[in-house]
Amino acid sequence: MAETAIELTSGAKSVREGLRRALRGPPFDRLAMVDRSNAEIVLAEVLNNIAEHAYAGRPGPIRLWVAREPGRLCLRVEDEGRPMPGHRLPPDRLPAPGELAEGGFGWHLIRALASDLRYDRCGSLNRLCFHLRTEQSAG
Amino acid sequence: MQLESTMQGTTLVIRALDDRIDAAAAIQFKERMRDLTAVPSARVILDLARVHFLDSSGLGAVVAVMKLLAPDRPLELAGLTPTVEKVFRLTRMDTIFTIHRGLEAGLRQAG
Repeated sequence: MAETAIELTSGAKSVREGLRRALRGPPFDRLAMVDRSNAEIVLAEVLNNIAEHAYAGRPGPIRLWVAREPGRLCLRVEDEGRPMPGHRLPPDRLPAPGELAEGGFGWHLIRALASDLRYDRCGSLNRLCFHLRTEQSAG
Repeated sequence: MQLESTMQGTTLVIRALDDRIDAAAAIQFKERMRDLTAVPSARVILDLARVHFLDSSGLGAVVAVMKLLAPDRPLELAGLTPTVEKVFRLTRMDTIFTIHRGLEAGLRQAG
């Protein structure tokens, strides 16, 4: 299974640049529009979470691996920042629309579009693995 | 973050000219919107037709602008592209904004 590796540096601007670079290349460039759009939403949230929380605004390496399987993408994202609180994924809690919250939407978007989310703290690494359905995309 | 504002009758129309409102642009977007909406108007419509991507930080900034204008002028949105529409729908924030299909439709409709 061909696997694509992408390296980027944390930070809002470099995440934007890294995301743009990743989505222009394989396997994302061969996906149907809707699948590519889902990948962009999920990856933007995952990468910005790392930049804001794991690295707390400091620069640090982020590595992304993507493998395409029939009907889905398998993704792995690793960083060397602080672990998730309690070494586990945050609960899925979408703010009620009426609260007019200005944040707290990121993990909900990730959970709504990705499946088989798994987080592990491996020594000094954070590792997040998940799948994205690509059923709208031809082989 | 480039924004362009025009007055159409009594409606202030602000058009986002960049193709993304993301974590790198959110703070600047909020500040520019605060400046541009300082002029009095009956309504404010934000035209997002050129924006192809909005993340949760961008969404938070749009909500912040809405709160800034409330309660006198509810922030109306127009021209949501598919990815932007999806982010609003998945977070259910589409239920709290008046969303017009396009700017023309928004201008025809009374606020």
